[in-house]
Amino acid sequence: MSEKTKDVLLSIVASLLCIVIGLLVGLIILYCINAENALDGFTRIIKGGFYLKPKGIGSEIAQSAPLIMTGLSVAFAFRTGLFNIGAAGQYTVGVFGALYFALILHMPWYVCLLAAMVCGAIWGAVPGIFKAYFNVNEVITSIMFNWIGLYLVNELMYSTVKGMYDQKTTRTYKISSVSPGSLIPDCGMNAVFKTSSTTIAIFIAIALAVLMYVILNKTTFGYELKACGFNKDAAKYAGINDRRNIVLSMMISGALAGVGAGLYYLSGGAEWNPQVATALPAIGFNGIPVALLAMSNPLGVVFAAVFVAHISVGGAYLPTKYFQPEIADLIVAVIIYLCAFVALFKGVVAGVLGRKKAGKGDAK
Amino acid sequence: MENEYIIEMLNITKEFPGIRANDNITLQLRKGEIHALLGENGAGKSTLMSILFGLYQPTSGTIKKNGKEVHINTPNDANDLNIGMVHQHFKLVECFSVLDNIILGVEPTKGLFLEKEGARTKVLELSEKYGLKVEPDALISDITVGMQQRTEILKMLYRDNEVLIFDEPTAVLTPQEIEELMKIMKNLAREGKSILFITHKLNEIMEVADRCTILRKGKYIGTVNIAETTKEELSKMMVGRDVSFSVDKKPAEPKETVLKISHMTVPSKAHDNNAVKDVSFNVRAGEIVCIAGIDGNGQTEFVQGLTGLEKISGGTVSFLGQDITKASIREKSKMGMSHIPEDRHKHGLVLDYTLEQNMVLQRYWQPEFQQGGFIRSKAVREYASKLIEQYDVRSGQGTATIVRSMSGGNQQKAIIAREIDKNPELLVAVQPTRGLDVGAIEYIHSQLVAQRDKGKAVLLVSLELDEVMDVSDRILVMYEGEIVAQLNPKEITVEELGLYMAGAKRDKVPEEV
Repeated sequence: MSEKTKDVLLSIVASLLCIVIGLLVGLIILYCINAENALDGFTRIIKGGFYLKPKGIGSEIAQSAPLIMTGLSVAFAFRTGLFNIGAAGQYTVGVFGALYFALILHMPWYVCLLAAMVCGAIWGAVPGIFKAYFNVNEVITSIMFNWIGLYLVNELMYSTVKGMYDQKTTRTYKISSVSPGSLIPDCGMNAVFKTSSTTIAIFIAIALAVLMYVILNKTTFGYELKACGFNKDAAKYAGINDRRNIVLSMMISGALAGVGAGLYYLSGGAEWNPQVATALPAIGFNGIPVALLAMSNPLGVVFAAVFVAHISVGGAYLPTKYFQPEIADLIVAVIIYLCAFVALFKGVVAGVLGRKKAGKGDAK
Repeated sequence: MENEYIIEMLNITKEFPGIRANDNITLQLRKGEIHALLGENGAGKSTLMSILFGLYQPTSGTIKKNGKEVHINTPNDANDLNIGMVHQHFKLVECFSVLDNIILGVEPTKGLFLEKEGARTKVLELSEKYGLKVEPDALISDITVGMQQRTEILKMLYRDNEVLIFDEPTAVLTPQEIEELMKIMKNLAREGKSILFITHKLNEIMEVADRCTILRKGKYIGTVNIAETTKEELSKMMVGRDVSFSVDKKPAEPKETVLKISHMTVPSKAHDNNAVKDVSFNVRAGEIVCIAGIDGNGQTEFVQGLTGLEKISGGTVSFLGQDITKASIREKSKMGMSHIPEDRHKHGLVLDYTLEQNMVLQRYWQPEFQQGGFIRSKAVREYASKLIEQYDVRSGQGTATIVRSMSGGNQQKAIIAREIDKNPELLVAVQPTRGLDVGAIEYIHSQLVAQRDKGKAVLLVSLELDEVMDVSDRILVMYEGEIVAQLNPKEITVEELGLYMAGAKRDKVPEEV
C-alpha cells in the first residue's frame, strides 16, 4: 500500500470516528434532557430523511446540494492557504443574483445560476483583493462583507428593486408562480419524492465537486494555487503571480458559494425574507465544518455535506412534544462541531496504529 | 573508571517508512571532549542527534547518561538532562525578539509578570564573554542568518547546558567568526562541557575535535582519535572513496558579456539605508564570478533584486543584451536565468509538495509537462526520476517523497539538480554548498565549473572562503552594500581577502568591471 492511499484511508477512518463520537455526545445530551424518549429521538436523527420516506429523502437531497457548494467553497480556499469565512455573505449575494434574474428578468434557470455565481465571485474577490494588494487578513474582510452583503441584499429586495418583495407573504415572490422557467428542472424527482424542491441541483453540485478535484489535483492552475497556499515565497520564486492567485482563489471560492445559493433558491426550496433575515444563512457557515470533516478534499465534501444534511433533516423530525425545536438544532450543532476535530482524530488514529506496529515489531 | 562517558548511545536503530536512517549505531561522548560526528548528507547524523534530543524515539537501542539509562521522550526531557542543541535549521520564533527567543521556555518571572532585566543582563554577559554579538531587542525576522545562529548558541549557554550539540554550526559563519567559534568551543570544553559537533568540514574537525565518529549511509563506520588521523583518511572513511579537495579546472576563457549591472540600488527592509548601494559589474559567458563578503553586507538583497524577488530602487540590469530591470521572475527564468536561492526552505522548495512536484517548480507550465492546462504527471515523474538518479538525491519514497521529510543536504541537491538541469545561460548560485558534505561539495563545484566550460556564466555568492578561492575566476568583495574590491583568486591570499571582507581595506574599483 502506498503512502498516499494509506493517508487517504487514515483520513476516512478519522472522519468516521468523528461522526461516531459526535453522535454519541448527541445521545448523551438527549438523555440529559429527556431520558425516557432519548432513544426514540436519537433514532429519528440517525434515520434522517429515511424516517419519513420518500419526502424526507427528497428534502435531504435538496438540502445537500447547497451544502456541498458552501463546503466546496471553504475547502477550495483552505487548499490554497486561505480561510474563507465569508461563504455566508457570498451565498447571500448569490441569492440576490439568482432571484433578480428569475423574478425580474424572467431568465432561464441556467442564466440565473450563472448570475448567482458571478455575484458570489464578486463578493469573494473583494477580500481577495484586500489580502493580495493591501495585506489585510481575509478573515476580517470576509466577516465584514458577510454583514454588508446581508443588509445590502435585504435593502435591495425590500425596497430598491420593485417586484421582488411580496407584501402578502412578507417574502420574495415564489419563482414557481412568477417565472416557472427559472426553476431548475426536477426531471420527475419531485414526483418520486413527493416534494417540491428536489431537483437536479444535487447532480450539478456533485459535478462541480469533481471539477474542483480535477482542477486542484490535475491542472497547472491547481498546482499554482496550492503552491501559493503552501509557501507563498517559493511560489513567487517559481515565477507564479501570487497576488493574482490569491484573488482568483477567493473569486472561485465565492463563486462556489454563489452557485450554492442559486441551486437552493432556484429549486424553489425557500423564499427570502428580507425583513426577518437579520442572521446570516446557516448554510454558509456549515460549509466550514463540512470542509473540515472532508479534510478539504472536494470529493470528501460531497459525503460530508450529505451527512450533515442527513442529520439536519433528522433533527427536524424530533417530536416537539418532548424536545423543544431548538434542541434539534443543538444536537445537530454538537455533532457538526465535533466533526471539526477530524484533524485531531487523524493524529490520534495514526499514533495508535503506529504504536501497535511498533509493538508487533518488538514481539518479533 | 565508571563514568568516563557522560553520554552513551548504544546500538541505536531508527527506521522511517522506506528507509533505515540509523542502523545499530554506537556513540560515546566523554566528559569535556569535543566529539565530531562526520558523515555524508543523509548518513543519519541529524537523525541520531534528534534521537538524543528527544525529537525522535529510536526503534531500538539505549541511551545512557553518566552510566545510567535514560529515556528522552521530548526535548524537555533532554533539557532536564542538560542537553542543548543548535539545529541546522534554526528553531526560532520569527516575530519575537532575540532576548524573547533566548528565554523562551525558561522565562524568569516576578509574580505573574515577566522579569526580563535579569535575563537581559545574563544574556549580555554571555554575549560579551563568548563574543557572540547580538542585538537583544531586534526581531528574528529582521536579523541576518548569522545573528540568528548566535541567538541559538546563546539559548544553550543561557540554559547552562552541559552537553552541547552543534548541528553544522559553521555553515553560515565567516572565517573570522568560525575562528571565534572554535575558540569558544575549546573554552567550553575546558570548562567541562561536552560538545557533539556535527560538521562536514574536515578542517574544523582537525582543528578542534578530540575524537570523531564516522557514519556512512546510516551505518557506524568507526571512531578515531583526531591526533592519530589525517583529513584524507577521514574523508575516505566518510565517503568510501578518495576525494579531491581542490577544484580541478582549466583557466577561464571569458567571452561576451551576459549580465550587465549598472548602478543597482536596493532598499533595505531592516533599516532606512540602502542595502545595496550603486553596484555595477559585468559577468561574461564562460567565467565564474564570485561575490564574497561577510553575511549581511547586502548580498541577499542584491540577489533578490537581481532575480526579481524584491524591487530595486535604482539602476539597470541587462541580460543577454536585453534590459530586464523590470522583467518578471518568470520572464527572467524563460530567458535562461537560474537561481539557487540562499534560503532553501523559504524560497527554494514547497516543503509540503512531493519531490517530483518540486522538480518542476519553474517548469510545470512548459509543454513538456502540461497539455491544455493538465499536468502530465507521467512526464513529470519520469523527469524527476531522471534528475534523482543523475544527481543522487536520496529520499525515502523516491519521487513521491514529501520534501519536508528529506534531509537538508538532499533537499539542496534537489534544488541544484533542478536549477542546473534548466541549462541556464546564467546560473546565480547563493551558498550552493551550505550544509553539504565533501563528496557533494566536490560534485557541485565540478558542476559549476562544467557550466562555465560549456560557455555559460556563473554568479556565485558565497561566505565560504575556501569556496571563493577555489571555484571563482574573479572575486568581487561586497562590504556594506558596495563592491570594494575586484580580485584575482590566484594573486591574493585568504588573509588578504579577509581584510577586504571585514572592511579594513578597499580598492578603488573601476566603473566597469
